[in-house]
Amino acid sequence: MSDGGPARRGAGPGRAGRGGEEPVVPRARPDSYYGRPVLKKPVWEAENVASYLFFGGLAGASSLLAAFAQLSGNRELPRVSKVAAAGAIGVSLAVLVRDLGRPARFLNMLRVFKVTSPMSIGSWLLTGYGPAAGAAAASAVTGRLPRTGAAATAASAALGCGVATYTAALICDTAVPAWHEGYREMPFLFAGSAASAAGGLGLLAVRPEGSREAARFAILGAMAELTAKSLMMRRLGPASEPYQVGRAGRLMEAGEVLAATGLAGAVLSGRNRLIAALSGAALLAGSALTRFGVFEAGRASARDPKYTVGPQRERLGQATAGAPAAVRPGT
Amino acid sequence: MTDLPGLLPASLPVIDPAERAGYADHPPRLGFFTDTSVCIGCKACEVACKEWNAVPEDGLLLTGMSYDNTEQLSATTWRHVAFIEQIGSRGDGPPGPDGSPGGLPGAADGWPGAADGTRWLMASDVCKHCSEAACLDVCPTGALMRTEFGTVVVQDDICNGCGNCVSACPFGVIARQEVDGGAHKCTLCYDRLGDGLTPACAKACPTESIQFGPVDELRERAQARVGELHESGVAGARLYLENPEDGIGGGGAFFLLLDEPEVYGLPPDPVVTTRDLPRMWRHTAVAAAGLAVAAFAACLHGARERS
Repeated sequence: MSDGGPARRGAGPGRAGRGGEEPVVPRARPDSYYGRPVLKKPVWEAENVASYLFFGGLAGASSLLAAFAQLSGNRELPRVSKVAAAGAIGVSLAVLVRDLGRPARFLNMLRVFKVTSPMSIGSWLLTGYGPAAGAAAASAVTGRLPRTGAAATAASAALGCGVATYTAALICDTAVPAWHEGYREMPFLFAGSAASAAGGLGLLAVRPEGSREAARFAILGAMAELTAKSLMMRRLGPASEPYQVGRAGRLMEAGEVLAATGLAGAVLSGRNRLIAALSGAALLAGSALTRFGVFEAGRASARDPKYTVGPQRERLGQATAGAPAAVRPGT
Repeated sequence: MTDLPGLLPASLPVIDPAERAGYADHPPRLGFFTDTSVCIGCKACEVACKEWNAVPEDGLLLTGMSYDNTEQLSATTWRHVAFIEQIGSRGDGPPGPDGSPGGLPGAADGWPGAADGTRWLMASDVCKHCSEAACLDVCPTGALMRTEFGTVVVQDDICNGCGNCVSACPFGVIARQEVDGGAHKCTLCYDRLGDGLTPACAKACPTESIQFGPVDELRERAQARVGELHESGVAGARLYLENPEDGIGGGGAFFLLLDEPEVYGLPPDPVVTTRDLPRMWRHTAVAAAGLAVAAFAACLHGARERS
């Protein structure tokens, strides 16, 4: 800083653009310690953890789609979805272990069961889900042990709901502003994104006659994803800035365009193999880009102290007497 | 807000954290009161901490921003002395209540310093050993634990370096070390406490800026000190994290600051993320159920289509 003093950051996280109206009371100017972040940037790598957000969602939702499609008498789609689920969860486990600082100790995840730790819950979910998804896929591909396969299909579908959505609690249960503040909509965004990906994969890999269930699942998913995202942005207001600028902003926008395109394609594809496949690919890519966008937005919000200090200052400003705060003048 | 079993209620009655962690018979809670008004920025605490805990050095670069070349707390820095140089007027700040030009509180506020308000703020930062510790809550392996002294410690032989605690800490204290892949932070010298010794940083502090002792006693001392400063005209003196009813249930390590917390790189109103977790789980459960309903609905007409 030129004056050698602590950095004076600009106005709070973004401004509500209301026709350029100047507020009567100047916005609080969050200070910082030489512009240094208050928080530590998440140590998770995008290639591992953001990938997992996508693959975990794809796996869980694919298991659900497989189970219900099988019940409705579809022969081709369940097999494809089960194989996809097993593959995606395999990738998930690999990247999760790779992301650990001490990968050899991955089994320590199963030392305890803690409801206060979404990662602990997730570890146990994956422990049940992984083998079930694997068994369901193996039985579907080989045609052996149909009863075991059916049980595994049911188990993977039940646990799949959790696998596809708990990751929202995982990232929101942090001090990272963009993640934490989005906790109300994030589970719906993730559930929608997971359904969109699983349906998209069905559209891409299965002939249109066999992929109607996938198309409908994808349509519902993409609509939920787009709705949850827009609700989240609206509720966050100025605090949604990390989702709108920079790399995260570009990823989120590309994800949205692809999801909307894929959604339109899935609605219109009918019996056209090419349109169905392209829509499926767009939905898959849109889901992945959205997960990477959410991940990047979190990192960006942890990096800049204004996203930490600004909302807390605002909260203190709104706090009425009796609301306890960290700072008090003492007696 | 209702609670899920096993989760912390939204507002905790003020209970000793060691007691809440299940220690039936435990010593009094121990902590730090860091009075930054007497800190001289000597960094003896940083050095003593590194020496006692055998924490590796973490670079000898000059930051160029101030006399602070340590920059921040990290896996290899468990005490960090912040150095803030406030020169002259605040410039872009609002004018003082007496109409004085915009500037940081300084001489005009009765604080001894240069006539133009220039002053140096020095503060030794450390893990807050929160009463409601987010790092401990989210740790999936149980590596982070509450000690009988009410402090929060990482068990290095259990930590698998998942990094969840790093994102959960509202103060950016705990960090993962690149070399060994594990998470590390201040232990409040757990190995010394057992033998009735003072933590290394407090022992080395030449001005008693870092005071160590039972938290109850430190709170009283802190309140007396801030009252004393207010009486002598230092209006900007304030206690930080001393209130057991704040967003982290109060710190086991708390501070007397002379300016807003963010000036020192501290969050002004930290709230442990786990307070919102019951609501997060509820939203997640609804979303999971919604996903199952969507899959069911998508497949409802499948059989008819094929028949």
